Amino acid sequence: MSSALTKYKFAGFGGQGVLFIGKVMAQAGMLSKQQVTWFPAYGPEMRGGTAHCSVVISTKRIGSPTVGKPDIAIVMNEASYHKFIDSVVPGGTLYVNSSMVPELPGREDIRIVRVSVNEIAHEMGEEKVANIVMLGVMQAITPTVADDVLEKALMELAGKKPELAALNARAFKAGQEYAKNLC
Amino acid sequence: MALLMKGNEAIAEAAIQAGCRLFYGYPITPSTEIPEYMAKKMKAVGGTYLQAESEIAAIYMVYGAGAVGERVMTGTSSPGFSLMQEGLSFLFAAEIPCVIVDVMRGGPGLGGLGPTQADYFQLTKGGGHGDYHAIVLAPFSVQEMVDLTKEAFDLADYYRNLVIIAADGILGQMMEPVEFPPVAGRKLEPKTWAASGAEGRPKNNVLSYYLTPELGEAENLRWGEKMSRIKETEQRFVEYEMEDADYAFVAFGTSSRITETAVDMLREEGIKVGLYRPVTLWPFPEKGLTARLNQIKGWMSIELSAGQMVDDVKLVVNGKAPVGFYGRQGGMTPEPEEVAAAFKAQLLGGE
Repeated sequence: MSSALTKYKFAGFGGQGVLFIGKVMAQAGMLSKQQVTWFPAYGPEMRGGTAHCSVVISTKRIGSPTVGKPDIAIVMNEASYHKFIDSVVPGGTLYVNSSMVPELPGREDIRIVRVSVNEIAHEMGEEKVANIVMLGVMQAITPTVADDVLEKALMELAGKKPELAALNARAFKAGQEYAKNLC
Repeated sequence: MALLMKGNEAIAEAAIQAGCRLFYGYPITPSTEIPEYMAKKMKAVGGTYLQAESEIAAIYMVYGAGAVGERVMTGTSSPGFSLMQEGLSFLFAAEIPCVIVDVMRGGPGLGGLGPTQADYFQLTKGGGHGDYHAIVLAPFSVQEMVDLTKEAFDLADYYRNLVIIAADGILGQMMEPVEFPPVAGRKLEPKTWAASGAEGRPKNNVLSYYLTPELGEAENLRWGEKMSRIKETEQRFVEYEMEDADYAFVAFGTSSRITETAVDMLREEGIKVGLYRPVTLWPFPEKGLTARLNQIKGWMSIELSAGQMVDDVKLVVNGKAPVGFYGRQGGMTPEPEEVAAAFKAQLLGGE
């Protein structure tokens, strides 16, 4: 387990499920008896530009629910990469969907993990679960809650239909497995 | 067990649990989850959700439902709240209990969808015409949105007065764990004044006008006494790190969350600063602030506006200490670091 307070940013374009993986993370934080906040960005950004949400998970009471400088960020498209790369705290981790973000100038003081999650999801037969693949990658490299708790949270939010539950569970595992080979 | 819920949904659920069975509204971001939740849930509990043709229509539907003694609510956001002002004045004069939620967004004009607190003047100083006040409750967390919503219905019935819940785009859209503990509630008198059918008793009129000046003034004075009574008994505030503080922030709602983090940051640097958080915006909690006047060397109001509550802080501080202000507008929120830096620049002379 890492530090007492972790700030996340999940970003992409509308439809990539970034608000959803933020919810899963917040739910997992709550299930592990921590304080959590989840806050979405709405507005014109929802149409075509970036959609994003901020999640804070903390062992102590949470003051500000806004996340100006995330410890961990997931960017699912190029616009989000540009918008958030400079905001990640030094020493933080940025997960980049390399299916949608070309090789671009990065940063030396953060860890950048590039994964083609669209391709991985496509091979599984459903490109829509690319977000869940990325969640699995993140869990394997920078976990802040236990694996089984995050899986439980995922099933609580995405497991109402058995076929969706199975697909999401497979996508999550695929992300975790892929990340293990990166290390 | 705790549930992860959006602030808007939590308000709607708390209202239903408080016995609200009638909701009239016109959807507007960032308050839309309130009517959405009501539309989904009201039928199952035997209530009615009705989407009005406008906010003006919605507030007068509230008038009608409240006049017959039902627990009724509407929810809106700043531009919609402006449209309701005439109705609020009329509801006050008719002494109809009701609960209104204003999930504030940018302004003036259509504004943006981001969080602001720029309706403070409109919420606390009247908004509509005539001498009146609504009781204004300002939650700072999703849990407090639940607790204060339940309390709001009791306050409305107890005083036969408007009660407004003042939230903003962050509180409305944010998800946090919440619980819905059973609440004992206030002891309330039966609504013998309601226009609920006059069989076997003289008829009740629920009116807002008196064309005789003598009668009008008598009513104004009676309402004034009610306002004084509320001011005396309903001031609420919460203090954070105030016991040994030399300096104090004043902030409510979302800005108080951000300021709380700024307090932690400044304390780590050894600066003794605290946060005085009004929970009632009207009545403004003067008493608790007054009790700290001899202790605090400088005050600073943090708001998502151009500076509105700061006027009320200055009235209470009354020149006994400097009062600073920092705010962001238009849907922007300050980072805690910004708040801390503004504090140092204004109250510590740029240390």
